[in-house]
Amino acid sequence: MASKPRITKAYTLGFAAAITMVCSILLASAATLLKERQDKNIQLDIKYNILTVLGLVESEDHTPEHLFKIYDDKVKSFVVDLKGELVEGRKAEGVDPRKDPELLPVYTRQENGRVVAYCFPTQGKALWSTVKGYIALEEDLNTVKGITFYSHGETPGLGGEIDKEWFTSSFKGKTIRNSAGEIVSVEVVKGKIRDGTKDIEHKVDGISGATLTGNGLNEFIKTTLEKYEPYFTIVRGGSS
Amino acid sequence: MSLLSKKNMGFVKDPLMDNNPIATQVLGICSALAVTVQMQTAIVMSIAVIVVVSFSNVLISLIRNKVPSNIRIIVELAIVATLVILVDQVLKAFLYDISKQLSVFVGLIITNCIILGRAEAFALQNKPWPSFLDGVGNGLGYSMFLIAVAFGREILGSGSLLGFQLIPDAAYAAGYQNMGLMVLAPGAFILLGLLIWVQRTITGTVAD
Repeated sequence: MASKPRITKAYTLGFAAAITMVCSILLASAATLLKERQDKNIQLDIKYNILTVLGLVESEDHTPEHLFKIYDDKVKSFVVDLKGELVEGRKAEGVDPRKDPELLPVYTRQENGRVVAYCFPTQGKALWSTVKGYIALEEDLNTVKGITFYSHGETPGLGGEIDKEWFTSSFKGKTIRNSAGEIVSVEVVKGKIRDGTKDIEHKVDGISGATLTGNGLNEFIKTTLEKYEPYFTIVRGGSS
Repeated sequence: MSLLSKKNMGFVKDPLMDNNPIATQVLGICSALAVTVQMQTAIVMSIAVIVVVSFSNVLISLIRNKVPSNIRIIVELAIVATLVILVDQVLKAFLYDISKQLSVFVGLIITNCIILGRAEAFALQNKPWPSFLDGVGNGLGYSMFLIAVAFGREILGSGSLLGFQLIPDAAYAAGYQNMGLMVLAPGAFILLGLLIWVQRTITGTVAD
């Protein structure tokens, strides 16, 4: 090798310091420059998911501007607490379920000044990972309008199928209450549902090879719905 | 010496077949198993690795005469890590959906032995241009296998390619089923093993 500099301790330290400086300046500037765009992507992804479960968009061929516009026009969001009462001064979009377990965001779809559907974030542990999604209910607060899972780390092709349309669309039209009005949620069964399956209106087909993922979903969807029950009661009482 | 002389092109061609990082040196297997369930993620991962390995080779080659040898591995890692985080940031900003699918594996490029291996074995002893070509060659060699494995896994495991359904619905109606094994890691092992067999039969490589 060509002229190697004489290696002293001071040189080594200086070299390490210089490399560290250069790397950190590079990374800090990249992070700052790209932050706005990244945040926009995250926002867009969240809003796209909310719009999908509320039945406001069908496919992904929408420009970001269009999605933001539909969202601003049709979606009204607010935050309620565990008693179902409105929390002032908080934005639904800014609620982090880990930091504020007491705050429950609600997204509503408005048509001519009337709420026609409700959407709630839901998340919990499945087999390998925390699954995050949204569930939407019709205005009767019983029929499922849609469900979506936008973030998970389940096995692709098995548990990972939960984000596919064939799976999420099977929730549509299912009901979350039994005849006594109690919340029974919607259950992902092991195997397939058939004609004659008991309580078929609360059940959807499972994914073969992903029973444990399904069990995870069952648990946290039910927990979510139960947390919102006080709010549901208030709405159904007609006071909202 | 011309930039694309025969010797220089050898740096690109050699790792494609005779000295393939995956098939011959069996490096970078972890990510080869993880991101090959679908073609799309495999292709993006390939591009990311090609970018990182070629630029890390150039940068390390540029400073090869200045690096104190007792901290050279740390310096190499710092450079590789910086590049990887840059790639990750760019993906998050411009290809958000894909970056969500690749998730942690972009970050894990840092630990891909191919990159540190080329830095140690090649870039520290060679000029920037040959180092760049060596990086591109090794990146391509890695990509070839990644994409070949992903091709097999997606078509057998999901019946599609790049997300387009290839196996007709009629076949499923007639009782055809996707191979569940292929979407799990063992499926990648089996395909990779078969590919390495083919590659070694062609090149005549025999392990010592």
